[in-house]
Amino acid sequence: MQMNRKVGACAAALSVLTAFFSSPAWSDWQMNMPRGVTTISREVYGLHMMVLWVCVVIGIGVFLAMIVAIVRFRKDAGAQAAKFSHNTMAEVVWTSIPAIILIAMAVPAAETLVKMEDTTESELTIKVTGYQWLWHYDYIDDNVSFFSVLDRKSNEARRLRSGIDPATVENYLLEVDNPLVVPVDTKVRLLITSGDVLHAWWMPEFAVKKDAVPGYINEAWFHATEEGTFRGQCAELCGRDHAYMPIVVNVVSREAFDEWVAENARPTMTQAD
Amino acid sequence: MSTTAIDVHAGHHPKGVLPWIMRWITTTNHKDIGTLYLTFALLMFFIGGAMAMVIRLELFQPGLQFVEPHFFNQMTTVHALIMIFGGIMPAFAGFANWLIPMMIGAPDMALPRLNNWSFWLLPFATTLLLMTFFLEGGASASGWTMYPPLSLQTGAALPFSIFAIHLLGLSSIMASINIIVTVLNMRAPGMALMKMPMFCWTWLITAYLMLLAMPVLAGAVTMLLTDQFFGTSFFTASGGGDPVMYQHIFWFFGHPEVYIIILPAFGIISQVIPTFSRKPLFGYASMVYATAAIAFLSLIVWAHHMFTVGMPLGGQLFFMLTTMIIAIPTGVKVFNWTATMWRGSLTFETPMLFAIAFLFLFTIGGFSGLMVAIVPADFQYHDSYFVVAHSHYVLVPGAVFGAFAGAYYWLPKWTGHMYDERLGKWHFWLSVIFVNLTFFPQHFLGLAGMPRRIPDYAVQFTNFNMMSSIGAIGFGLAQLIFVWVVIKAVRGGPKATDQVWEGAEGLEWTVPSPAPHHTFETPPVIK
Repeated sequence: MQMNRKVGACAAALSVLTAFFSSPAWSDWQMNMPRGVTTISREVYGLHMMVLWVCVVIGIGVFLAMIVAIVRFRKDAGAQAAKFSHNTMAEVVWTSIPAIILIAMAVPAAETLVKMEDTTESELTIKVTGYQWLWHYDYIDDNVSFFSVLDRKSNEARRLRSGIDPATVENYLLEVDNPLVVPVDTKVRLLITSGDVLHAWWMPEFAVKKDAVPGYINEAWFHATEEGTFRGQCAELCGRDHAYMPIVVNVVSREAFDEWVAENARPTMTQAD
Repeated sequence: MSTTAIDVHAGHHPKGVLPWIMRWITTTNHKDIGTLYLTFALLMFFIGGAMAMVIRLELFQPGLQFVEPHFFNQMTTVHALIMIFGGIMPAFAGFANWLIPMMIGAPDMALPRLNNWSFWLLPFATTLLLMTFFLEGGASASGWTMYPPLSLQTGAALPFSIFAIHLLGLSSIMASINIIVTVLNMRAPGMALMKMPMFCWTWLITAYLMLLAMPVLAGAVTMLLTDQFFGTSFFTASGGGDPVMYQHIFWFFGHPEVYIIILPAFGIISQVIPTFSRKPLFGYASMVYATAAIAFLSLIVWAHHMFTVGMPLGGQLFFMLTTMIIAIPTGVKVFNWTATMWRGSLTFETPMLFAIAFLFLFTIGGFSGLMVAIVPADFQYHDSYFVVAHSHYVLVPGAVFGAFAGAYYWLPKWTGHMYDERLGKWHFWLSVIFVNLTFFPQHFLGLAGMPRRIPDYAVQFTNFNMMSSIGAIGFGLAQLIFVWVVIKAVRGGPKATDQVWEGAEGLEWTVPSPAPHHTFETPPVIK
């Protein structure tokens, strides 16, 4: 009797929730890491799925044992308690098998990590500086540099009780005035630092996340294999507007990139200027 | 049957309001101090929980509806500080105080006056911390981790927060000394270390970890203080310092800290599961060694909180490997608890329900922990909601459910009354459903790209945030049932026997319920 009422209550709650969540404005249910658009991001996705599957399989095994124990060895099903409290063989097995699984996972992880740390032979270098609360990009070999700030429409809508529905703002909190532009199929190296407090540059589709540390320079690299617009956010608490300094990267063809550089390059300053 | 418990309770404590207050202020009795810790912790859980409610309320929908971002950051910061230092650690200290002397057949803790001071530091420290909300600039808002340079932008709250942390750390250090001295010196004759209840073992090891870790935290925050006020530049590059050095020092404390939080819960589970399985704990020696291994390893993994700071490859590989290795002794413990239930004779009173939920859900937290250990993948998880999900799975259905299991298990011993089992089950089922509704979707949010410590988010994160917030509200409200259970049990209920639970073993179950004010004034003889 008790059970039926509980089940009914759960069903009612679930249907309310389902109806609520079907509203069209908020229909994104992404549950998994993106595969991304770089050589490394796909490897990272692969590692993530590998460790996830290992956990799922072990989890099913362990939870099954727990559930069987709970069901079969209930006192009110007449179960009599055994007296054993040791089994050395079992302990050896369930210590060594996990150890082997861990080593098996560590090897590909280490391989990918070694590749991620290899910033040599980059074709393009961009200096990235985090500030409270915006990014600065400097193409040091091309004389292009600019600030990248949260887009105005997002900035208005995000104010406390602004009255503006975020769903009406395109790419709410993920749009900037000046995106980073990079060429496709190019190894791009980022030199990341900060002008004030810690920030972090995170682009999920590239599997790049690196802290911006004031007074120090960190390196990261990516090699995008697809054109498109990709969005990320600052990933280190940096104060009041930590949520409001997004990152937008336009990956474009080599030609489009060269044009863009030509349009945006500043003439070099000389003493007389 | 060697209890020489003389109840001098009635003659001991005179009537009247002032004497009652003085009793609680000046008590050196381990049971009273245990009660003080537990009551204080329960209050702090609601204060920290209220802050979590503010957080989840703001995150219910995209857009900013309730609080300014700066206040939101104060909420996330103080929520964690209160829950960790005011909630879970004092709760387990309360368990330690109540139970360790009884479990080893000792009349009290080794240093009873120190014990009193260890507790009474806490209300002062947390008041100091909470009053910083009323200072100019508000409370600390740089996260409970307080990374510089951001933490050096804190206003007047900084020195008060740091002082509060010093007091909280001092309390823990003194409690650790007390526990170590008590366990090593005051066990009854025949109670060899390898015959001690697991709860005593886990607390002994926890106490050593605290001695190693808490002073390091004190060092880290003191360096923040001197950087701010006394012209040092430990964490400023222009002065020759390094912000990342703070992270190393902090996490050298911080990682053992999370094991300090969970090991007592492990100890409680190791008491509860054998009782309700009517079967001895499987692999007692392995459990002791596994706990010690976990504690040792916890000292050499700290930089796994820092994989994105720009660490050399060798460092990343080292910390990845040591972190992954911790899965082995932790797995041993999970398997041993399961093996304890295997071919037992199980009943499912509320303590056992919480213990089983711990087993399932802490394991899930352990799995996400293994995932974040894989460095290349961690570059995607770090500082995202995936980490929030992981940490809260091990903390809430981990440590907190461990505390609930212990509370229900020992409430009859403490109060002399059986608690209301029906209410207990309601508390359990609502808690377990809502805790999962709160934190499981956060895995998805992290994988989908949502960073942590943000008051507002892009609209594609709405659905899971809504679920999480609904779960949080439900979970918070469900905890009121627990308060009612405790109050009811204190006031009355069916009389509890000495043993209380059919399968219960251990010295605490040989004394009457409620346990007399003084127990084991003459040590029992253990065979």
